[in-house]
Amino acid sequence: MSAHGQVVGSAKRSRRAKDLGFRLLLLACIGLSILLLGMLLLDVVGDGAGHLNADFISSFTSISADKAGVQAALWGTIWLMAVCALFIVPVGVATAIYLEEYADSERWYNRLIEVNIQNLAAVPSVVYGILGLAFLVRGPLALGSTILAGGLTLGLLVLPVVIIAGREAIRAVPPSIREGSLALGATQWQTIRRQVLPAAVPGIATGVILALSRAIGETAPLIVVGAATVIAFNPSGLDSDFTALPIQIYDWISRASNDVNNYKPLAAAAILLLMIILVLMNSVAIWLRNRYEQKW
Amino acid sequence: MEASTTTAAGTRAVPELGTARRRWGEDVIKALLVLAALISVLTTTGIVIALLRETIDFFGSVGVWDFLSGGKWTPLFEPGSFGVRPLVVGTFLITAIALVVAAPLGLGAAIYLSEYARPRVRKTIKPVLELLAGVPTIVFGYFALTYFTPNILQDLLHLEVNIFNALSAGIIMGFMIIPTVASVAEDAMSAVPHSLREGAYGLGASKLQVSLRVVLPAALSGIVAAIVLGVSRAVGETMIVLLASGQVASNSVDPREPHFSLASFIGSTAGGDTPTGSIEYKTIFAVGMLLFVITLVMNLISIRFVRRYRQVYE
Repeated sequence: MSAHGQVVGSAKRSRRAKDLGFRLLLLACIGLSILLLGMLLLDVVGDGAGHLNADFISSFTSISADKAGVQAALWGTIWLMAVCALFIVPVGVATAIYLEEYADSERWYNRLIEVNIQNLAAVPSVVYGILGLAFLVRGPLALGSTILAGGLTLGLLVLPVVIIAGREAIRAVPPSIREGSLALGATQWQTIRRQVLPAAVPGIATGVILALSRAIGETAPLIVVGAATVIAFNPSGLDSDFTALPIQIYDWISRASNDVNNYKPLAAAAILLLMIILVLMNSVAIWLRNRYEQKW
Repeated sequence: MEASTTTAAGTRAVPELGTARRRWGEDVIKALLVLAALISVLTTTGIVIALLRETIDFFGSVGVWDFLSGGKWTPLFEPGSFGVRPLVVGTFLITAIALVVAAPLGLGAAIYLSEYARPRVRKTIKPVLELLAGVPTIVFGYFALTYFTPNILQDLLHLEVNIFNALSAGIIMGFMIIPTVASVAEDAMSAVPHSLREGAYGLGASKLQVSLRVVLPAALSGIVAAIVLGVSRAVGETMIVLLASGQVASNSVDPREPHFSLASFIGSTAGGDTPTGSIEYKTIFAVGMLLFVITLVMNLISIRFVRRYRQVYE
């Protein structure tokens, strides 16, 4: 009897130990991911913090590493983001409105649009660069390697993000709001324009910021589209040649790995600047979501 | 209309409603919205046309079979050799390394978040994990090349690796796709009905047994989808490979050596100055086509698997 109890007891204990071990193993999975993220951040801060100052931001790139700065790249990135935003906001929101408010999802063509957007979201970014190269830079539009071509390429790349976020925001507005408005005699568009969209704005804005924060770090499509690496002037308009922060970073890392000069701290400082901008953008997104989130 | 006037005859006339006036403005707006939605379809069509046009042209000068099966990739030399195998080998070698990192870590994170973590812990851990997904890939490339290879692989682990190597690129890429794998897998696990878990607990199962023998098999199609999606992201990743794995087309499967991948070849060759119509230019599109087809097939597989678990439980 007591021997039996002991067997049960030890089985229970070993089971508990196994359970605890498994739990620790799972925690280690998460811990390792966070550890790597921490190492990455510390490494970038350690390499670049000393270099990130007002001179670095206000200087143009230069042959001598200690005089080089990111002004042209920073302005290039700002221009690109402006073009990108002006493209994705109307097109993304309009697509989201169509799919949520008008489209009959039983129809084959609407299903096609949906599957298509799902697929586009997973096309490698470098392939978007090829699209930009073939149709925007050369080919029918022949814009050249300009701000407009670069911004539109990035816009096409992140459009699915805006559409998906926009649809979620619009879907979250309860049908009773629409029904009330329609019952009072408003047309479908008046309902969307005055009731649905205002309620969905915080969600849409969050989606747009997230899309831009993906676009701002994209390097490969800009390389393929032909962004210049060495440019010592700010963009003057949509048809201007440009460089951008990720391109400048790529150029400096390439130089650093060739041991031409000490470009590594420059690359790290520019990365730090890019990450600071990213954190700011994401903070705005989180703030927007918390401040204006509506519970129905 | 006819019926209502006759019944109302004799008493007070019912207001004549008639058919609503057609509002052209509403139609115009709807047409504009449809146009916007068509842009995404046009994007796909544009990608396919752009790739197909130059790829067909490319196969005018290089045999399809020579391209797909050839083992020597020197497109920029004269005369060039266009066997794409080294790029495919490099792509899948690095992807495999990434998967060895991301599959266990991503699934472990997913099981913890879905089965073990209390709501508050989940709410703090998830955004931190998602930060990993928000780091630009060029930053991962920098970290792999300037820190992970020299400080971890060479100094700490004493591995005889080249400064450019597939191992470093693969491991860092694995960490990059952990959030993707974890979030899709966690969605699938959360979709498993509670009654299944409760049934197992009722039979005396421990949490470990419930997680591994009930939830994991029940969410299997979603987990497959998560891994396929991760693989597809790894296959298409350009910057990490370009920076950390060097630019050598190699048939070897030694992860300590430099390797090219499909995407990193495109990144290194395409630039503003490649002349249109040159064989170099066409090569970019042919390699792009191969990359596009591989990722498309994987995405379709992943979408199909996700749909399966949704059908079963929702």
